[in-house]
Amino acid sequence: MAQLATAKEDGAVHAASSPGRKPFRLSTLMSVLGTTPMIITAVGVFVICIIYSFVLSFTNSRIFPAFGADNFVGLEQYDRLWSTGRWLISVNNIWFFGLLSIVANMTAGYLLAVFMDQRIKQEDLFRSIFLYPFAMSLVITGLVWRWILDPNYGIQATVQGWGFEDFAFAPLVSSSTAIYGLVVAGIWNGVGVSMAIMLAGLRGIDGEIWKAAKIDGIPAWRTYLFIVLPMMRGAILTAFILQCVGVVRVYDLIVAMTQGGPGISTQMPAVFVIQHITDRSNVGLGMAAATMMLLPVVVLLALQAFAQWRANRVKESA
Amino acid sequence: MMTTETLAASSDAGITPRSRVEDGPRGAKPRTLTLARVGVYAFLVLAALFFLMPLWVMVVTSLKAMPEIQLRNIFQFPQQITFEPWLKAWDTACTGRDCNGLKPGFLNSVKITLVGTTISIIIAALNGYALSFWRYKGANILFGLLVFGAFVPYQVVIYPLIIALRELGLFGTFPGIIIVHTIFGMPILTLLFRNFFASLPPELFKAARVDGAGFWQIFFQIMVPMAVPITIVGVILQVTGIWNDFLFGTVFAGRENMPMTVQLNNIVNTTTGVREYNVHMAATILTAAVPLAVYFISGKWFVRGIAAGAVKG
Amino acid sequence: MQHSVSIRDLSLNFGNVKVLQHLDLDIAQGEFIVLLGPSGCGKSTLLNCVAGLLDVSDGQIFIGGKNVTWEEPKDRGIGMVFQSYALYPQMTVERNLSFGLRVAGMKKDEIAKRVNRAAEILQIEPLLQRKPVELSGGQRQRVAIGRALVRDVDVFLFDEPLSNLDAKLRSDLRVEIKRLHQRLKNTMIYVTHDQIEALTLADRIAVMKNGVIQQLSDPHTIYNKPVNLYVAGFIGSPQMNMFEGTLSDSTFTAKDGTVIPVGTYEFAAPTSGSRQAVLGVRPEHILLGDDARAMPFNLEVEIEIVEPMGSDTLAWTKIAGQPVTFRCSSDVDIRSGQKIVIGFDPGRGSIFDSETTNRL
Repeated sequence: MAQLATAKEDGAVHAASSPGRKPFRLSTLMSVLGTTPMIITAVGVFVICIIYSFVLSFTNSRIFPAFGADNFVGLEQYDRLWSTGRWLISVNNIWFFGLLSIVANMTAGYLLAVFMDQRIKQEDLFRSIFLYPFAMSLVITGLVWRWILDPNYGIQATVQGWGFEDFAFAPLVSSSTAIYGLVVAGIWNGVGVSMAIMLAGLRGIDGEIWKAAKIDGIPAWRTYLFIVLPMMRGAILTAFILQCVGVVRVYDLIVAMTQGGPGISTQMPAVFVIQHITDRSNVGLGMAAATMMLLPVVVLLALQAFAQWRANRVKESA
Repeated sequence: MMTTETLAASSDAGITPRSRVEDGPRGAKPRTLTLARVGVYAFLVLAALFFLMPLWVMVVTSLKAMPEIQLRNIFQFPQQITFEPWLKAWDTACTGRDCNGLKPGFLNSVKITLVGTTISIIIAALNGYALSFWRYKGANILFGLLVFGAFVPYQVVIYPLIIALRELGLFGTFPGIIIVHTIFGMPILTLLFRNFFASLPPELFKAARVDGAGFWQIFFQIMVPMAVPITIVGVILQVTGIWNDFLFGTVFAGRENMPMTVQLNNIVNTTTGVREYNVHMAATILTAAVPLAVYFISGKWFVRGIAAGAVKG
Repeated sequence: MQHSVSIRDLSLNFGNVKVLQHLDLDIAQGEFIVLLGPSGCGKSTLLNCVAGLLDVSDGQIFIGGKNVTWEEPKDRGIGMVFQSYALYPQMTVERNLSFGLRVAGMKKDEIAKRVNRAAEILQIEPLLQRKPVELSGGQRQRVAIGRALVRDVDVFLFDEPLSNLDAKLRSDLRVEIKRLHQRLKNTMIYVTHDQIEALTLADRIAVMKNGVIQQLSDPHTIYNKPVNLYVAGFIGSPQMNMFEGTLSDSTFTAKDGTVIPVGTYEFAAPTSGSRQAVLGVRPEHILLGDDARAMPFNLEVEIEIVEPMGSDTLAWTKIAGQPVTFRCSSDVDIRSGQKIVIGFDPGRGSIFDSETTNRL
């Protein structure tokens, strides 16, 4: 009898906690109430605001949103956007900066993780050293590196002072090299994170894989490269996504380090949008640019969702 | 077969096994300091030097007087240590017309961080709890939107938010900046809490339901006490996140609530007068002090926070 | 005759923890040795030392007559099979088998020959182009064995190879490993905590505890003549029945005064005087009914619990105030509460000194 009663209650709980058809309950109301901020944020910010921005990109709004009949100009803002030199440079820069810093960051991160994996006695110390820059704001990162790369007082001047008169290392002063300065600063800030994620990934590998490789006589570097690396898909993807999100949002670093200069050589989309909704008072154009920034994110997420959907279907049919 | 039996027996019978040990390799392989080992440490030390160099430069620069800086040796330890730049950065450095140093910015950042973190954590914990145990119709869609929000470039939603907050009379106010931080912290923090609650054994929740506990009772009496570790991770994530924020501070905080990062940038980029690099570096260290302290105190928790935040993919 | 594997005075310490203590073990060519013990007894550690995956603290290891104490694992002439299979997940079965040979720079046709031979022996030819995720647990373990096979070595090491499989597959693969051993006649060292695997597979079993080999013998001796209380208790399911009492001359007196004559027992060494001892009797050595009456010791007991196991039946009762299990044919009709005569021959049992726990 006792057993039966428990089973019945258990079933009732199950029905209540499973989503879908069920009678209205006070607890459901509480759940909705408790998550009101989430509902407002999810719908209000991540749906309505995005749609709002999207619609604005078809208007000629200047400082304030303008939705009059004659404010709608169709794709004119997009036409203008793609013929604006400042935007074209921004797009070029984000690709270049993104590719370079992600590749460099992940390579260095994995390399550091592998070296950290060699039973280093002072592992915690090294980890702290590699990771502390990430605790600091990108503004601080930018300001420090701007000072280090200062042509008159920074590394260049210091090394010249040591007697190497021809030494030249001041990437920020030239529009063709400024972006490399940004990459260096960005890597300094973010490599530790990739290292930490990948080290955790390395440690997560089944120890018997290493034993098997040792018995097979596979040298350590080959094991790291051909066996372990492909097994770390999760950690690598995590680090990669983190880097991607960081690159698309890069704003603070630019403002602190180069302010988009010299000239407009280190302009980035994120800076472009903010400039157009503040100083340049051209909201319509700014929103067109913002929409373009969203585009790759949406495409990537859609691809990811599709891949997952297909994987699920394969799993179900198997 | 015979031999082994006898041998095993003989060793049982008390003949010391040591007599069977032959000449040649025995015991642990002698460890030689190989070139590879030296290389590993050399690489790590060089890397560590690269990572430490900016910190060193920051500190030594901030302790020099301007004439010494003009000697152009960025790495050299100050011949004459002065704390003048620190005092100036804190108290009297100028941004445009105001010359109050970083002090007001520090206080603003403290206020924004404390209030912002508290509110975001409470909301996120509730979200995660509801999403794990009380899924109502559409809850999963909301969650999906939130995760999507974690990837949306801020620039896409900033302008509509400016308009909305202005309509509400909150643009450029303290509540305004708090709302903004809460919104943008919500995706990751909610995910953090949801994953935590989802990893708890569902029997715990069922048992509480059988005992007759409701939404709030289960939350406060069972879930909150269990969620302490994940809350610490969330707090670390959000404290460093809000303190280090620059973009939202510039756009939403307004002059009255300007956070430290924005003020730091303004001080450094003020073009009037001589550029006082020592003051700039002192100001930079002061601004970095809080997240660095959080980092060094929290240690492994910080790493966990990164990993947890990173799982959002 | 030369030993295939010879372990001499082997010790291993992790800091202050002594994991292995002065181990000695000689394994003949083609012998199947099982290292048996509970987790933490050092059996896997010992295997890893033989494989060269762990540096030893003292002692020597010889494989094929060669001192390999300082050799790299790949140079020791061993193959190893792991509990988690440890297959390289992104490579096909064929690549998994051949990767080590490729790295060693072996000629392509020789690699192909060896891979095909291994695949044929293990009957995994149809799986060669698949990846490990597409294989079942049993298939994966075959591939793992194959990886040891292609190395064409004399000594195979198995580290709990069947522990991740379900009961059915486990017994299937157990038979297969035995068949493999009969066909290849390699030396095999096999680590397990499962006594059935040990008893069924081994030529000799080494029962280990706290880094020391307790007994090294063929399964029959291990089962019937355990050298100490530990081995007696570890082997056999249900456990051997143990009676505590006093031994003097040829009688054993249990704690409650029950006298059990042990005149039929063959003592390892002559004993004299009286001492505290433990008499152990296997459940299947206890007989009932008329068979029991013919035994040197018998008495009437009341059955407490009956557990029909299908092939036979386990019954629980008490002798001399101590709980006793015995096994009888499932045809015998016994039920709880029933009074029945049971008996046994102490000569088939074991007597241990209570103090030293060693067999007398």
